[in-house]
Amino acid sequence: MEYFIHTYCHIKENTISVNGEPFFASAALTVPEFLKEAYQKLAISYPKFHKMDKMSKLALISSEITLKGVENGENVALVFSNCAASLDTDINYQESISLPDNYYPSPAVFVYTLPNICVGEVSIRHGLNTENAFFVSAGFDADKINAYTEYLLQSGKAEKVLVGWLEVLENNYECFMYLVDTKGSIPYSKQQIITIYNR
Amino acid sequence: MLKAYIHSYNLITPLGLSVSENWQAVISGKSGIQQQHIPNVLPDPFFAAIIDEQKSGTDFPSEIITKLEKMLYLALLPVVKADPVQGRSLLILSSTKGNIELLEQHRVQEAHLSVLANKIAHFFGIKDALVVSNACVSGVMAVGTAKRLIQMEEIDSAYVIAGDVLTAFVVSGFQSFQALSDGVCRPYDRDRNGINIGEGAAACFISAEKENAVFEILGDANINDANHISGPSRTGEGLHRSIESAIAEAQIDRREIDFVSLHGTATLYNDEMEAIAMNRSQLQDIPCNSMKAYYGHTLGASGLIELILSMESAKKGTLIPSKGFENTGTTQEINVIRKAEEKQIDLILKTASGFGGSNSALILKKCTI
Repeated sequence: MEYFIHTYCHIKENTISVNGEPFFASAALTVPEFLKEAYQKLAISYPKFHKMDKMSKLALISSEITLKGVENGENVALVFSNCAASLDTDINYQESISLPDNYYPSPAVFVYTLPNICVGEVSIRHGLNTENAFFVSAGFDADKINAYTEYLLQSGKAEKVLVGWLEVLENNYECFMYLVDTKGSIPYSKQQIITIYNR
Repeated sequence: MLKAYIHSYNLITPLGLSVSENWQAVISGKSGIQQQHIPNVLPDPFFAAIIDEQKSGTDFPSEIITKLEKMLYLALLPVVKADPVQGRSLLILSSTKGNIELLEQHRVQEAHLSVLANKIAHFFGIKDALVVSNACVSGVMAVGTAKRLIQMEEIDSAYVIAGDVLTAFVVSGFQSFQALSDGVCRPYDRDRNGINIGEGAAACFISAEKENAVFEILGDANINDANHISGPSRTGEGLHRSIESAIAEAQIDRREIDFVSLHGTATLYNDEMEAIAMNRSQLQDIPCNSMKAYYGHTLGASGLIELILSMESAKKGTLIPSKGFENTGTTQEINVIRKAEEKQIDLILKTASGFGGSNSALILKKCTI
């Protein structure tokens, strides 16, 4: 079977590009503000979005773009990774338990102190009862992510694979996401992914 | 595709600092869970399983500093001795929170999971590291990840290490969910009322080499519920599908499975969901257990700790009782092990489920000598 990169998307520095073309740019001053504007640009109604942490919001926005045209119930595996895991939300949660006279641990925050929650959010949004994984590595590990993706396709455990690098820590964020599919115009290979990632 | 085999393994838990100590404790019915008074962790007393740091009696290398680093070091040391590092080897760390307590001192950089993984890998001369952080299924998924990367010939072997420690961060979080039990937890029992947090570490060596291997990994799957981020699916959808996918890959008749090591956190919803998934997969008559009443929930370590005890159980030909279980507490029956019984165990199914709708299933077959 031959595989292609069906769609890819970059989100960083207040801009979103899709397949290398500009899709959205914002003058937002904060990360949450940018994510809210990006959500509005998508013109979808998904109220749960507003309860999510930054990483899940980033995953939701980028998957909305890359899974466009994919039907609910298709066998699309999710393979996400980053460097900071959920440290962005962990820092918020830690603040809520640090001071005895200002102690307010919240389940709504605590649940996001796991990096794979964003995988769950995308699975729910797109009805994906599929293979899913969240890896953490110092940088985007194209070798292992590629081997894992090819495993899922070759073993028949997935028909398509949505791969995401979703880094969020305080004021820094970066997202790179792509859908590996039997359809598309860019032949899929590890080298191609590395080339596109560095764009 | 190549096959993947499990070789040496080790356990570091409140019940012992070796596999044999752990086996002795578990089979004699001991639990590591006790009432704890640690105001820094939680204002009120709570039940949890904690490792006594004084007990290790070891001098640690200067770079091995935190309690978790010491546990991971102790877990991996005999494994690397038994199966020395060679070829394209990868360290796979399974952990949910790693050195999260460093955030108390705002040491954000050092709290990164990849920093911890690379530190341990570097110390043991393993050139590459990857972290699996998939909530409570991490330990099982880390073993499956090693298998998959070996099958794809991306690596020759992997040292899978798993560990989490008890912290104010984790205990306060589960307390905020009102998920903590007011006593030692009781998986699958009608009187169960929540989990205990535990801490522990485990390590194993996995390679494509069959010689001297103890178990072959026949199949694995990790399928999402797509239902809720903090509660299990009421229909057991993801777990059922994970089990089916793993069985299909293993090409076995499900009636040949000798024993199922379940997740069994002892929350109302988790245990009920597992009973439903087990029935949907027609595994309700196969002996099964939860090991949470021995160890508490050790989060990212639990899957590997329980997998290792399951392999010991097969080696000894003895089923481990599901501690804390007396009366059926799920709407559908499953065959929860009540007492240690002798049984020939060749095929093991290990499952786990966790936050984010994650589920994992893994099938092991004992290697014949």
